[in-house]
Amino acid sequence: MQPFTYERAASLEAAVAAVAARPGARFIAGGTNLLDLMKFQIETPAHLVDIRHLPLRAIEDLPDGGLRIGALATNTEVAAHPRVKREYGVLARAIVAGATGQLRNKATTAGNLLQRNRCPYFYETSLPCNKRQPGSGCSALGGVTRSLAVVGTSPHCIAQNPGDMAVGLRVLDAAVETIRPDGSQRRIAIGDFHRLPGDRPEIEHPLEPGELVTAVTLPRPPGGTHHYHKVRDRASYAFAIVSVAVVLQKDGTGRVAFGGVAPRPWRVEDAEALLPDGPAAVVKTAFQGATPTVENAFKIPLAERALALALSEGRA
Amino acid sequence: MSLPLSHEISRREVVTAAAVGVAAAGLPPAVGGQAAGSSGSLPLSLTVNGEHRRLDLDTRVTLLDALREHLHLTGTKKGCDHGHCGACTVLVNGVRINACLSLAAMHDGDEVTTIEGFGRPDRLHPMQAAFIAHDAFQCGYCTPGQICSAVAVLAEIEAGVPSHATGDLAAPMTLSSGELRERMSGNICRCGAYSNIADAVVDVAGRP
Amino acid sequence: MQFDTPAGQNPIDAQAIIGQPHRRVDGALKVTGTAPYAYERHDAVADPAYGWIVGATIARGRVTRIDAAAARAASGVLAVLTTLEHDPAPPGFRTTLHLFGGAEVRHYHQAVALVVAGTFEEARAAAHLLRIDYESEPARCDLAAEAPKAEPIADRDGPDYPVVDRIGDVEAALAAAPVTLDETYTTPDQTHAMMEPHATTAAWRDGKLTIWTSAQVVSWHRNSLAQALGLAKDDLRLDAPFIGGGFGAKLIMRSDALLAALGAKAVGRPCKVALQRPLIANNGTRRAGTIQRIRLGADRDGRLTAIAHHSVNGNLAGAFAEAAVAPTRLIYASPNRDLSMKLATLDLAEGNDMRAPGEAPGLMALEIAMDEMAERLGLDPVAFRILNDTQVDPRKPQRPFSERHLIECLEVGAKNFGWARRNPVPGSASDGRWLVGMGMAAGFRQNLLMPSGARVRLEQDGRLTVETDMTDIGTGSYTILAQTAAEMMGLPLDAVTVRLGDSDYPEAAGSGGQFGANNATSGLYAACTTLRASVAARLGFNAEEVAFANGMVTAGRRSVPLLDAAKDGPLTAEDRITYGELDKEFVQATFGAQFAEVAVNRFTGEMRVRRMLAVIDAGRVLNPLTARSQVIGAMTMGVGSALMEALVVDIRHGFFINHDLGGYEVPVHADIPHLDVVFLDHPDPVSSPMKAKGIGEIGLCGAAAAVANAVYNATGIRVRDYPVTLDKLLDRLPHAA
Repeated sequence: MQPFTYERAASLEAAVAAVAARPGARFIAGGTNLLDLMKFQIETPAHLVDIRHLPLRAIEDLPDGGLRIGALATNTEVAAHPRVKREYGVLARAIVAGATGQLRNKATTAGNLLQRNRCPYFYETSLPCNKRQPGSGCSALGGVTRSLAVVGTSPHCIAQNPGDMAVGLRVLDAAVETIRPDGSQRRIAIGDFHRLPGDRPEIEHPLEPGELVTAVTLPRPPGGTHHYHKVRDRASYAFAIVSVAVVLQKDGTGRVAFGGVAPRPWRVEDAEALLPDGPAAVVKTAFQGATPTVENAFKIPLAERALALALSEGRA
Repeated sequence: MSLPLSHEISRREVVTAAAVGVAAAGLPPAVGGQAAGSSGSLPLSLTVNGEHRRLDLDTRVTLLDALREHLHLTGTKKGCDHGHCGACTVLVNGVRINACLSLAAMHDGDEVTTIEGFGRPDRLHPMQAAFIAHDAFQCGYCTPGQICSAVAVLAEIEAGVPSHATGDLAAPMTLSSGELRERMSGNICRCGAYSNIADAVVDVAGRP
Repeated sequence: MQFDTPAGQNPIDAQAIIGQPHRRVDGALKVTGTAPYAYERHDAVADPAYGWIVGATIARGRVTRIDAAAARAASGVLAVLTTLEHDPAPPGFRTTLHLFGGAEVRHYHQAVALVVAGTFEEARAAAHLLRIDYESEPARCDLAAEAPKAEPIADRDGPDYPVVDRIGDVEAALAAAPVTLDETYTTPDQTHAMMEPHATTAAWRDGKLTIWTSAQVVSWHRNSLAQALGLAKDDLRLDAPFIGGGFGAKLIMRSDALLAALGAKAVGRPCKVALQRPLIANNGTRRAGTIQRIRLGADRDGRLTAIAHHSVNGNLAGAFAEAAVAPTRLIYASPNRDLSMKLATLDLAEGNDMRAPGEAPGLMALEIAMDEMAERLGLDPVAFRILNDTQVDPRKPQRPFSERHLIECLEVGAKNFGWARRNPVPGSASDGRWLVGMGMAAGFRQNLLMPSGARVRLEQDGRLTVETDMTDIGTGSYTILAQTAAEMMGLPLDAVTVRLGDSDYPEAAGSGGQFGANNATSGLYAACTTLRASVAARLGFNAEEVAFANGMVTAGRRSVPLLDAAKDGPLTAEDRITYGELDKEFVQATFGAQFAEVAVNRFTGEMRVRRMLAVIDAGRVLNPLTARSQVIGAMTMGVGSALMEALVVDIRHGFFINHDLGGYEVPVHADIPHLDVVFLDHPDPVSSPMKAKGIGEIGLCGAAAAVANAVYNATGIRVRDYPVTLDKLLDRLPHAA
């Protein structure tokens, strides 16, 4: 871990200004991912701005019936929030499918959205990685790929987004609210928040330097039944091989997003329109153009099976 | 070996603290901006096991290493240093976290409870006593983390925090076998004492 | 004390204290975090420097240059030790691992430098400033590709067995057998993943070295390190009172100990080094993956007429074979047998001991084969195994087993588990979305005899102190040794103080190969026997007829407090147990039967173990509480072996890619249901005066196969390639809709 200086931000404005002003400065809140990557010197901030004490932790009702989740609300706080449990069950279930009690107590909503990928080659600093060293090459191609993405990848990166919470947010049509160093604010639809690698795998999200996520907003509850099924080798404390988030309405329509299969939560609206036709039709369309490896090709039939399981729960 | 022990927390106190932590919509008192000097070291104060401690640390020091190397509270273990094992579990402001994935600098003003704060050999916390009674450990290296988690898990259930094993999210939480095992899954025990740990925790919690 | 005739009645048989489920005497220290482990010796060493190990990033080749200038100039750095500036250290006992020194790189993450700094953070940061150039050679690291080049190799721990162990005519028997099986099974590389990393604190004083380290066998580490440093053994003291698990990883000295010692010397200050978790899998040792071909032949009644078992694995040049055929030598009868092993060269971390070496991976394969064969024969798997039990060494029929109750294990297990409720037709039982199956397997593990010493001292206050360099790696040594001494001397358990892990104490067997408990308590039995004689003499008794109980020494009508023997000063006795030829005359082994119920999600193939039972025959159980923990811990590891554990090689670069506790999955709480254990009560007087046998490894033997067989019974899908992960089931699971 390289030496860095540290400050505790006194206000939102000061925090944003502090990061904007210093090259190599970063926000830190939960830090569960950033600090881990700093230990490997995959992340090497020169200055950390601690935003943990900023007033961004509240979870509040919105006038339109939606919910505004402060960026610093911990995973635990969000999952335990009465309205999240009652009306946004897919989000509560996605959150608690991830990590562990300890990590969820520390990890924040914004930090979770911004967590970096878990490709083993991203961590193997002796080998090339286009996310770590842009242009150096992708060591995962031709390597051990069982856990990696099967769709939405590029010849430059096949890392998967490891998140669970983000998959839940994706089916809920969440939006990300930010503040920029100039004080302006903007909303980014969750579907636009995680970028596909293309030829710039190192660019993972649309945030500008110094731009800070302040909240995630949820529209009015979608109703229906909510399911999140996460498949992994051991029963807990592991990233998804495949996960599926489903919000299913009584008439058989609904929304579907997959986790563990792509560089971002994978929701294809054209595919979910086929829900009444059954899981095979949905998966066929959702994974059109997939480029799995021999090792991870099973994720596609597994996605279909996980969806079938979620639908069977929904009908039960 | 003498340890700077000054208090023992009861399960009830932990429950209350965790419940507050979970429900916290309000915020800690505002803290003025403070910056590290160019040397990269930072003064901070912690309340550890009820005792006020002042430290001047390299900004890179984790809470785990602050406890182990600077305060000599070695009951909190380093198994992996990367959040993969749970041996470093401690309570901060009543909530369990991995001390290895937290900078000490970020805990200025926080209350930290480590295994040494739960009890000592001649005055055991009920969870510690239950672990002995059920032989819920072998090598002992994951044990402090397991015990910190076990106490916190009971509090989290009371506070209505759901888990991956929770059936009806709206119903009151209970300590079923599935709930307990899921919630404890962030603490790896390679000696494989899980079955006995479950018995110990159920013993303390009272059978559902 | 030389043990060369079977034990008769002795003071241990009273079982007033030994054999009872006493709680761990070190329990309060462990649950309060006050038991000090190797990296935590603030009590012994003030202000140590911190070492950070740098691992090679090639699998095979040479270090051509190390530019350490920037690292040496970095803040807080006290020294940088590079492998090019040191002579190669000789490998330690029972290993070929090249720990440090010289240019040659034999495997990934081999230590090539140590950065020593005033703080942990400074050492870690400076390590990133090293610039290391390599000359890389192609690495051999794909077992399947290298297997055709493998050469026959003997079993290092079974020197009496021929390299190709043939009895009768297997080929003819297979040709004649009406029912046969010929299948190939693979087991993966595994890593021990003990919770405490390898760690050492080292301090020099006047040319003498003390290390506080994490070692399973104190004398092996001490001898290895003394040799590596060119130090007289007496100039090296080793202290290891608490060890955070080992499972074989800490049987041999590792780079942390050598580098802590070198680092401390270089900076003239104590130094501590923990091998960083992400280095452990590639830097050290592994359980070697195997490819095992098993052929079985049987007559129509189900009697085996032929067993052929061939195993190939890979290892560093000059290293050993994983003795996967070892259990097959002794577990079942068959007149025709053909067992052999081959070893290929692989440039990976060294294949070496991990809990139940040989037996664990061997039975992972053999016990699936037995399940398959039972089905082909139309026999119940339990009945098939009972039918093929042997009471003698199949190779030397004149050599019986000392005690062998495998059949009873199987029968008790079947009854307790409700095996009769199992539907033998695979894929026929379900529970909602889950397919449910039961599986079982037999377990076998040899009982090893090792010399072991101890010293006992009756203090003037009437307390008894036990000193031995035996270790407690979680096994319960402190407790069973206290129980042994209390039983022998007629004292309450809390009157005994046990001190372990210090090389100043008499040399003991140490912890490994499930030999620790039986041998260490037998060594203590010997010392206590000597002390009893001294006490009797001092109190004026004839030693032959004296009883020690309730703090009194009694013969006939005369009864004297034990305390009186020490009133003029402490009374000390030291002895050790050594063994004669009884293990040649008799096969000594431990047995088990493992039963598992597994549910498989019919949609996703996710597997959950619902119930598990082990029935164990391992001689006298010295403490049912701690022994049970050994067995449930091994069963837990067996679930891991069955369902998730595998080091995965990147064959292009020659290293295990999942080299941390996130990537290498071991079971978590949610994977493990309530586990049941039954111990049979068959003390073995041939084993030792304690009549005990090993307990630490038998619980793993067969456990994984029982789970794999249950998955088969649940689904009808036979997976012969461990671990049994859901991707191997998916295409054969019922249609999901």
